[in-house]
Amino acid sequence: MNHLPLIIRREYLTKVKNKAFIVMTIISPIVLIALIATVAYLSQISSNKVRTIAILDESGLIKNTFKDTETTKYKFLTNIDLEAAKALVEAQGEYGLLHVEKSLDVNYLENHVKFYSEDSPSLSVVSGLESKVEKSLTDVKLVQVGVDLDKIESAKIDVSIIQENFSGEKTSKIESIIKLAFGGAAGYLLFMFIIIYGNMIMRSVIEEKTSRVIEVIISSVKPMQLMLGKIIGTSLAGITQIIIWIILGGVLTGLVGFVFGIDMSQTPQQQVIQQSIFDQQLNGQIETVLAGFYHLPLTNLIIAFVFFFIAGYLLYSSMYAAIGAAVDNETDTQQFVFPILMPLILSVYIGFFTVIEDPHGTVSTIFSFFPLTSPVVMLMRIPFGVPIWQQLLSLLLLIGSFLLTVWFAAKIYRVGILMYGKKPTYKELLKWIKY
Amino acid sequence: MHNILEAHTISKKFGDFTALNQVSIEVPKGSIFGLLGPNGAGKTTLIRIINQITMPDSGHVILDGEPLKNHHVKDIGYLPEERGLYKSMKVGEQALYLAQLKGLSKAEAKERLHYWFERLEIGDWWNKKIQELSKGMAQKIQFVVTVLHEPKLLIFDEPFSGFDPINANLIKDEILRLRDNGSTIIFSTHRMESVEELCDHIALINKSNKILDGKLTEVKRQFKNNAYEVGVKTDNIAALHKELTEKFEVSPAQFKTIDDQLKLNVKLGATEKPNDFLQYLTTRGEVSHFVELLPSTNDIFIKAIQNNS
Repeated sequence: MNHLPLIIRREYLTKVKNKAFIVMTIISPIVLIALIATVAYLSQISSNKVRTIAILDESGLIKNTFKDTETTKYKFLTNIDLEAAKALVEAQGEYGLLHVEKSLDVNYLENHVKFYSEDSPSLSVVSGLESKVEKSLTDVKLVQVGVDLDKIESAKIDVSIIQENFSGEKTSKIESIIKLAFGGAAGYLLFMFIIIYGNMIMRSVIEEKTSRVIEVIISSVKPMQLMLGKIIGTSLAGITQIIIWIILGGVLTGLVGFVFGIDMSQTPQQQVIQQSIFDQQLNGQIETVLAGFYHLPLTNLIIAFVFFFIAGYLLYSSMYAAIGAAVDNETDTQQFVFPILMPLILSVYIGFFTVIEDPHGTVSTIFSFFPLTSPVVMLMRIPFGVPIWQQLLSLLLLIGSFLLTVWFAAKIYRVGILMYGKKPTYKELLKWIKY
Repeated sequence: MHNILEAHTISKKFGDFTALNQVSIEVPKGSIFGLLGPNGAGKTTLIRIINQITMPDSGHVILDGEPLKNHHVKDIGYLPEERGLYKSMKVGEQALYLAQLKGLSKAEAKERLHYWFERLEIGDWWNKKIQELSKGMAQKIQFVVTVLHEPKLLIFDEPFSGFDPINANLIKDEILRLRDNGSTIIFSTHRMESVEELCDHIALINKSNKILDGKLTEVKRQFKNNAYEVGVKTDNIAALHKELTEKFEVSPAQFKTIDDQLKLNVKLGATEKPNDFLQYLTTRGEVSHFVELLPSTNDIFIKAIQNNS
């Protein structure tokens, strides 16, 4: 008798009908979107404000490197002394006053430019001013030592390296960023999925133990079937939740943008990223971004994602199920959960630090084979191009250890679900495997 | 008589601990079989082996003439001592699920559930959650779920715990009715008065060994010790009392009479016949009372365990 579909159905329906689950599913995206919208709204307000900076240049060396932008206006003060200028700026409620002393010695001025303001100015304002003053003073110095500025300007070279692999496919910096984003998202998704739904499986096993329903159930079904049913049912509930999150998130984002006119893409971080790409002269190259997508091994990525995700998730969730069977209540789980969280966290660290630095280095390669870390690390490596044989070998190792783990977990599960009253030690767990 | 269940030389060890040692039992079809023993004797392990929850290290189980297989799950109904239901699931939903796990179709399960719920007058609980019910109410649901698939063999581990006397009686009557309808019942309990009342066969397990089994009447015959409760009307009670005390092993007896007389429990020697003893008594006075003392299940239980250890 195969009861697996029946068990899966019950597990799924119980999870999905659970009030806490429904609330989480609906509230989470609302809260998240509201948060992002607020941040976006606030940063819009602050960036709409125009700040005026007054400049009192007594040296006469500062040239017009100060160009007004949308958010900052510069005002040169003349024929006024410092104290009067300060008073004026303060009276007019302007952002601040940049003061350059009366001196022709550039080396002296280097350390004697001052900025006065009501509150301490933001870091970006100060560094912006610094670079502008620097530029002016450098030009002055260059002229002093007899260099023709026009010649320097015309001699400037702007290099942008075109990357190409040996088979002739073009790559670029942007592509690397895209690859990283893809791998990172895949790895992180798996990580979160394991932690959230692994815990859910564990709790559901513990619930069966504490409510003492377990013996009734396993007089009808094999413990292995029950365990698999739980894992699959809970995963389906998880997938449902994530799909609802994505749909709800999309709808809400659109709605908020439409109703309140907030451009969600304008959060500060994104501005910074856009800015940095801009600075690196990689802007305007939409074709490059698109090319980046095309150059991703997309088919490979999707297939690998499906397989590594499923195998990795099953590996970890069977361990969670075994832990649930071994203990009586949730407070006792810590001691056992920690050792399985370790490799999981390690794999995310390796993914975000080592793989970025060197996707095909020794450390990255080793950990993309080691079964407990391979799902996350390999998923992050694949966008950078991993030979098929490596992927297959890693997957084979993963599936092999998954089967082994399920076997062990099922043993612990089978014995554990009938043990009440005390928290087992690791030694006892080993003994159970022999029963 | 045909046996519904035979367990042959079952042994089971957990690490160094022997839970069952070469235990065999035979449960005749249509009987109520009492599986008795002190706490930790191995009863639950044996029951779990019959339910295929635990696998024996050695020995085998025959159910209705066939070696025990996976599909026999539907032929057995099991009410474990450690029992419970999903707290947050609705009564009807839950009962349907458990019935389907035992191989009933959904429609069939629904029909039978309605029948049983009406029978036990619990029809309006269908949409309640288990956590809203009292313990006794939940026990009723549990009982229904156990018997719903009309199994050949029913195993009840302490079925009356958690019930008030009225409901315990109700369940007892249901158990007897199930037996009359052709089910065989294995009944594990510490309450000897219900064994006395219900069981026709028993097996006693102590410290992982079976120390006693058979028909309850035969076990009693085996344990009776040739003792009789007697009442004799005589003019000189004290003299007769003294005489009997010298000849036999006696102890005071309690039973109701209208007039004064000698009341004693008398244990005869192994070779002495009750008829000879009665004849002897008639020469001493008027015998008003002569009853053979049969051991209660409780006595047998205590005696057998004491002899064993």
